[in-house]
Amino acid sequence: MTLLAASKNRWGEAILRQLFFLCAFISVLTTVVVIGILAVETSSFFAEVSVVDFLFGTQWRPLLEPKAYGILPLLAGTTLIVVGSSIVALPIGLACAVYLSEYAGDRARNIVKPVLEILAGIPTVVYGYFAISFVTPGLRVVFDDVQIFNAASAAIVVGIMVLPMVASLCDDALRSVPSSLREGAYSVGATSYEVTARIVVPAALSGIFAAFVLAVSRAIGETMAVTLAAGATPNLTLNPLESIQTMTAYIVQVSLGDTPSGTLAYKTLFAVASVLFTITLAMNLLANRVMRKYQEVYE
Amino acid sequence: MSDSLPIKAGSLGHRSGSLKRRHLAAQLFKAMCIAFTLFAVSVLGFLIFQVGSDGLPWLDWQFLSNFPSRFPDKAGVKSALYGTLWVVSLTTLIALPIGVLAAIYLEDYAPASRLTRVIEINIANLAGVPSIVYGILGLAIFVRFLGLERSVLAGAMTMSLLILPVIIISSKEAISAVPSSIRLAAYAVGATQWQVVRSHVLPAALPGILTGIILALSRAIGETAPLIMIGALTYVAFIPAGPMDEFTALPIQIFNWASRPQAEFHELAAAGIIVLLVVLLTMNALAVLIRYKGTQK
Repeated sequence: MTLLAASKNRWGEAILRQLFFLCAFISVLTTVVVIGILAVETSSFFAEVSVVDFLFGTQWRPLLEPKAYGILPLLAGTTLIVVGSSIVALPIGLACAVYLSEYAGDRARNIVKPVLEILAGIPTVVYGYFAISFVTPGLRVVFDDVQIFNAASAAIVVGIMVLPMVASLCDDALRSVPSSLREGAYSVGATSYEVTARIVVPAALSGIFAAFVLAVSRAIGETMAVTLAAGATPNLTLNPLESIQTMTAYIVQVSLGDTPSGTLAYKTLFAVASVLFTITLAMNLLANRVMRKYQEVYE
Repeated sequence: MSDSLPIKAGSLGHRSGSLKRRHLAAQLFKAMCIAFTLFAVSVLGFLIFQVGSDGLPWLDWQFLSNFPSRFPDKAGVKSALYGTLWVVSLTTLIALPIGVLAAIYLEDYAPASRLTRVIEINIANLAGVPSIVYGILGLAIFVRFLGLERSVLAGAMTMSLLILPVIIISSKEAISAVPSSIRLAAYAVGATQWQVVRSHVLPAALPGILTGIILALSRAIGETAPLIMIGALTYVAFIPAGPMDEFTALPIQIFNWASRPQAEFHELAAAGIIVLLVVLLTMNALAVLIRYKGTQK
């Protein structure tokens, strides 16, 4: 036994181990600090504005008199972006994934995959530019009453932005379906459409669902494209051709000006960010949980 | 009599018609998938064409070597380029060691405990937190609480927190791909855990780790919202001389130009985007190259 023990105490090893642990623990610390800051500043916001006014008020005018702190217009703006971008990203992303996993040969895959990766890596401010210089003028040709800043243009580019993520996550989900299921269906005479729609997609449904949830969560948190293209008008509307403001765009608008800490305007940043953080965190937790589940089923 | 047969008269013809329909449906479905994929791929082409046709005429040496200006003819990205370089360098110095060491801990050291699971789930969720929330964190902690003001350091620390989950996740993947036989062989001849990690696991995982880090840094280069949150100035006509100086960065300069109404400034934004995309594509190519070299072994 003594032969197998270390010949001397290795303090260095123990110290390194602690150091590595600290590095990993920084991530937990980050979460704790984020939640702490949001909680403290938001509760001091609620000392001045009632929770009911904040959650159900239909006017958002925190910087001008008469002031109003109802978050519904910002939520409506974010909802328009989420719905519009989902209409673009979810069907196209899933179709790309089906093509990649069920139809594409190696050569097509080796072209499409890198292109999607590049699209995913393009900064959001570039998509914002694309929206105001290309998509909005295009929309104004098609529709009459499109405002210069409008939700539709931003929603389309946010959809394009999250599309690569949807495609790549759905592709992973589809490819994790065992090929024996496909072969079984083909062998009894099913066509490629029937195999995909009735066997592969249902089998991968939880993974596809997780991809969709993550896409929506990304769209909610998207900032630069909506700030540039969707406008800065808190607007309780469901008309995508009007100028709106999302939660993220409001946060940017306030921080572009010089807002002294401690003022109510400064605290609105944290109140809005709390709502944003809570929604996206809930969706990410859901998606990660669903994804772990389906990985357990097939691996 | 014919009623008792499982296949009714005439149904064969019907079935072959149905078969034709089924194959047609399959063909249409395939065509639709291809069309959508082509659309997604062609968006990249559209985007590059639009940016190129707007921005290329403005792209010259003067654009790279001038400070921003009220006059479009004289405006350039010099301070933004240097600012981006500063932020990325500092972010690398902060995030690279922490991220890789955290990944080493989680893969090779961490016990299978509840705390480890919490850390892992937490990292997965942090990766999905909107970047603007990191900006709020940076504003409250680094800018106001620690009093770093609108410095390069505050920006780099905010960016580091933002890309840490990305670095940790990709480094973990690279480290876990190292075959356990390599570790076991090193342990068998008496190496300590750190010796195993330093001399065997890390070298084998290096290409994967580097690829992940380059991709994470290219994310940091393109991120705009967190830097706006911490108040990175949009008009900076000097080069930061140290980590405590104010700064601007490429994406912020682009945002600033794109949010102005004049067409000239939009074209300047496009020229700035070309510079940004060239930097990012170069980094991507580097990552692909390293991955390729790594898989060749």
